[in-house]
Amino acid sequence: MTVSQHQHKVSSDCAALKLRAVGLTYRSAQKETRALDGFSLEVACGEPIAIIGPSGCGKTSLLNLIAGLRAPTTGEVIVRGQTVTKPRQQTSLILQDYGLLPWKTVLDNAALGLVVQKVSRSAARAQAQEALRTVGIEDFAAAYPGELSGGMRQRLALARAMALQTDLMLMDEPLSALDALTREELQNVLLDLWQNAAYAQVLVTHSVEEAVLLGKRIVLMTPRPGKVRAIIDNPAMGSRAYRQSATFHQQCTLLRQLLLESASDTDAPDDKAEESVQK
Amino acid sequence: MKARLQKILGYVIATVAVLLVWAALSLLIGNPALPLPTVALLQLYHKLPDMLPHLAVSLWRVLLAMSIGTLCGSIAGLIIGRTGRLDLIAAPLLYVLYPIPKIVFVPVLLVLLGLGSAPAIVLIATVIFFQTLVTARDAAKSLSPDLVLSVRSLGASRIDIARHVVVPATLPNIFTALRISTGTAIAVLFITESIAGNTGIGFYVVNAWGRIDYPTMFAGIIAMAMMGVALYEVINFVERRLVRWKD
Ligand SMILES: Nc1ncnc2c1ncn2[C@@H]1O[C@H](COP(=O)(O)OP(=O)(O)O)[C@@H](O)[C@H]1O
Ligand SMILES: [Mg+2]
Repeated sequence: MTVSQHQHKVSSDCAALKLRAVGLTYRSAQKETRALDGFSLEVACGEPIAIIGPSGCGKTSLLNLIAGLRAPTTGEVIVRGQTVTKPRQQTSLILQDYGLLPWKTVLDNAALGLVVQKVSRSAARAQAQEALRTVGIEDFAAAYPGELSGGMRQRLALARAMALQTDLMLMDEPLSALDALTREELQNVLLDLWQNAAYAQVLVTHSVEEAVLLGKRIVLMTPRPGKVRAIIDNPAMGSRAYRQSATFHQQCTLLRQLLLESASDTDAPDDKAEESVQK
Repeated sequence: MKARLQKILGYVIATVAVLLVWAALSLLIGNPALPLPTVALLQLYHKLPDMLPHLAVSLWRVLLAMSIGTLCGSIAGLIIGRTGRLDLIAAPLLYVLYPIPKIVFVPVLLVLLGLGSAPAIVLIATVIFFQTLVTARDAAKSLSPDLVLSVRSLGASRIDIARHVVVPATLPNIFTALRISTGTAIAVLFITESIAGNTGIGFYVVNAWGRIDYPTMFAGIIAMAMMGVALYEVINFVERRLVRWKD
């Protein structure tokens, strides 16, 4: 329950992800937008991180950088010891709309990552089938995503990542489109999957409870250009029962308080953050 | 099964309605230039052996032309729609060329390509090419960037994206474009065949007209209408095969 204002030292030897003073500036003909500036963080192998921050502070941009879909303007993104320059097979990115292909069956969607990696069709399907079982939708293998409920689509997106034996799971507000009950159910699925597969996880969320339930550390970001504002240790997370504990509620209160503080702190500089420089 | 029955029933009702209106008009006008449908149908029955080679040639021309046009148009449209810089140049060009009625090139094509199948095929292919090009480009442009990002994050190459995302996403639009342009294709076929050459159902109809043989002329028109229906159904059949996820 300590709040460290500076970079957290990860005790484990194995680093799944290192972000070294990462900055990202979007340039278009009319303006420049500094989305991130000097973002530093280390994530240990198997460690689940939750990221929370005001909208537009660069959370999605950060995940795109880690996934290798964009190159940072400054700094460095290192996954498992290698500088990221392009998408990496065992890094999985799940966006808000899940990125499912409506024209492929549930099974073929789950197998897509493998097919793209040139795994043979039969092997890909077998692995995908297994992944569907893991997330509990194997009975819908022949359906199309359009026929699934929101919660099941989310499970399918997870299955696609699981089929690739992911070791770094990146998720961008994955549960925000779900109703409250399904959301809680899926939070439990995420918890179980993470515990069984032990991948490192970076979960972007705007739900305080979700962050506390699913993040061993919770990273609070500043407004744009985004960087780490504070890191909250949350070592007691890791079980469904945590939700009912007193610690859970204390952590939620603490996080909420910090969010409020940072919102009021930055009222003035917020305007200056609109750095749309005329070229 | 039920859907198929309904469809057949629809065709039957439509045909009967057309024939009834036709018969009524024919009786009203009372001019040999518009014979009764019964006369035309009887003539169709008698002349079918004569007509079949012409029909076959026409069908071959229009099928080949539509296939070439669709293939080239779709590929070009997808590439233009997915390549920002190319689109900058190609889009204005496209919108200048697209509205030109391609039929105005008939004389030029006849001079350049002779009187055989080539002018009809080139012209129909061009019409279909532009139609599918514009459709494919717009569809490819409106593709959700997040969807593409998601698939790219799985390590998909540009080719993978084209194969798994862009092509299947735009296929329904391309089929719609194709269906819409079937009518135009047959009109263009008729015009080119009737202006030049001595083969094809267009030639057959105009030839009968020249002989003032109205029953045969209308028999040819009926055959042409049936060819249109057949084309339409071929397109539907292929679409059902390729676009299973949308029912
Ligand atoms: N492709 C892009 N081109 C230009 N600006 C962008 C692009 N993507 C995001 N931005 C800008 O970068 C900033 C951060 O965006 P984003 O990473 O989506 O924030 P968040 O996910 O935290 O809401 C925003 O101001 C946004 O408008
Ligand atoms: Mg976002």
